[in-house]
Amino acid sequence: MAKKDAPPRWDRRMQQRLASGEAAALGELYDRFASLVHGLAHRVLGDEQAADGITREVFAHVWEHPDAYDPRQGPLRSWVAALTHRLAVQRLRATVGAAQAREGGGSPEELERRVRRASAAARADYIVHSMPAPLRAALELAYFQRRDYRQTAVDLGVTDDEARRRLRLGLQLLSTAHDTGAPDSPGAPPGYGGAA
Amino acid sequence: MSEGTGPPGEGGAPDEHGGRAPRIPMPRTSVEDGGQPLPEPEELAELKEQGGLVLDHDVLKSLLGAWALAACSPQETAAVEAHLGGCGGCADEARRLREAVGLLHPPESLDLDPGLRTRVLDGCLERRPPRVPVPGWAAPYDAETARLDALLQDFGDSEWHAPVRLRWFEGEGTASRRTTVAGVIAHLMSVDGLVSVALGLDDPLGDIPAGGPTPAARTEAYWRASHFPPTRSVRTPWREQTHALVRTVSLTGPDAAPAPAVPYGGFELPLPDAMLDRAFECWVHAEDIADAVDYPYQPPAPRHLNRMIDLAARMLPAVLAARRQAGLASPARTRHLVTAGEPGRSLRLEIEGLGGGEWLIPLDSPGAVGSAEYEVAHVALDGVEFCRLAAGHVPPDEAAAGQAGDRQAIRDVLHAAASLSRM
Repeated sequence: MAKKDAPPRWDRRMQQRLASGEAAALGELYDRFASLVHGLAHRVLGDEQAADGITREVFAHVWEHPDAYDPRQGPLRSWVAALTHRLAVQRLRATVGAAQAREGGGSPEELERRVRRASAAARADYIVHSMPAPLRAALELAYFQRRDYRQTAVDLGVTDDEARRRLRLGLQLLSTAHDTGAPDSPGAPPGYGGAA
Repeated sequence: MSEGTGPPGEGGAPDEHGGRAPRIPMPRTSVEDGGQPLPEPEELAELKEQGGLVLDHDVLKSLLGAWALAACSPQETAAVEAHLGGCGGCADEARRLREAVGLLHPPESLDLDPGLRTRVLDGCLERRPPRVPVPGWAAPYDAETARLDALLQDFGDSEWHAPVRLRWFEGEGTASRRTTVAGVIAHLMSVDGLVSVALGLDDPLGDIPAGGPTPAARTEAYWRASHFPPTRSVRTPWREQTHALVRTVSLTGPDAAPAPAVPYGGFELPLPDAMLDRAFECWVHAEDIADAVDYPYQPPAPRHLNRMIDLAARMLPAVLAARRQAGLASPARTRHLVTAGEPGRSLRLEIEGLGGGEWLIPLDSPGAVGSAEYEVAHVALDGVEFCRLAAGHVPPDEAAAGQAGDRQAIRDVLHAAASLSRM
């Protein structure tokens, strides 16, 4: 329901309003991005309270450092998603690491595997929500409704060729969720590009 | 970087047991098995023996997405899989796409805890105090509109068109009007528009002529002007207006030129009171909507509820006077008129529960000051019950109120509270 194709003008204006300390802008920022932030954090951490905590951190960070976002680098939405991802993965690493140290089990490899799996799952969610609606609709029909591609084509009112193209393209976009890049890169994790 | 399928490059090589390790991950098992069996290896072999399908490379490649999702015909599946054995490029893509299928999750229900918004925003504002705060009297409106918007978040068409009966108290009885969930949002938007117009913002009614600047006239005009009943499309303009109002009243600041009064037709309210009134209406109608679609809905935060009750308590004397003029309340009992600003005969309104408090309501003149010395009656009721009464959702004679003292005064005040309600 959030407006995914909001013009960059909204992003720039929002940043200016946050920078000038306008509390009403913070409320609007929350209203637009809270479910994205909470959803991603929850996908990484699998815990309601931890996701609440990340949501607090993300909005506090944006509110305290509105200039950290550069509108020329891409949409605010992607930037917020990447920030959420980074903070949630940090938290996951810390909590799982601490639990391993406390209970004496688990290897560093196992920790990395969990982090990788959680990261990919969160990026996949973001990609699915940001991909063009026709691709999402095709995946939805073929995967969740178990329609074959010909039925999918009929449901969507497109040719068989087009249905095949959408399914393949959708999965290609989704598969980039596995591209982790440098595991500890401090910059924005990949997968949160602009309109996919 | 793949995981769980063995290091890349090993695919297809014979494993220790002499069998063939699958080069491609096996087809997913479905989240909800649709009873569409995938072809068994023997079937595939059979198909191939029968000649199968002869498809060229480009067609096979275009089938990879559908194949990864198990959304091809058995013949096509067989043809793709036969092809993958000999085409490295397609095999790599096929593996990538099948792994991607494993990342599809049913969407989680994203019912955010409605209290989280306040906690997050308060936390932020503590760390960096705002240069332009949202005024305290606009905070309930900000919170209530956000809560209602969150309720609307996952509504499908059936919820948007669910019937709602708006109820209010008029004269001596309950009035009502049928509409839908979308119609209620259109109503809220039309009436919020009174504040927009007072602030110089765009009127959501645009060029639609309303019979008058009253909430009911504006709503009826808006409903009438559209050829079709309102749909979910009303949500965005409603929400944009609510955001614009909060933004504008914040920027107007406390010291700005005299804040405009908001005309409601028969009366007008100072801007802060109008924003409290709109917050109250937003909550009341959010409850109407939640009832209509059978969702739970909580009362406002206690400090916001307190401000709403305070507004109602402050409006009661004028409503009492108007009802008296209309012959709906008992005449004033004082031998002489109470001079404005003087203490007068009063009723103690005690509101229990979180957000409650005590108010002394002057009975004989809106200009009089409530006075404990001249207290003639005492009414005690729960905060949420009082608000339902003031919303016209509980008839005054049925309100669960503890009462002591002058029965006529109590009746008059409870009826006046119900008369605060309107469409």
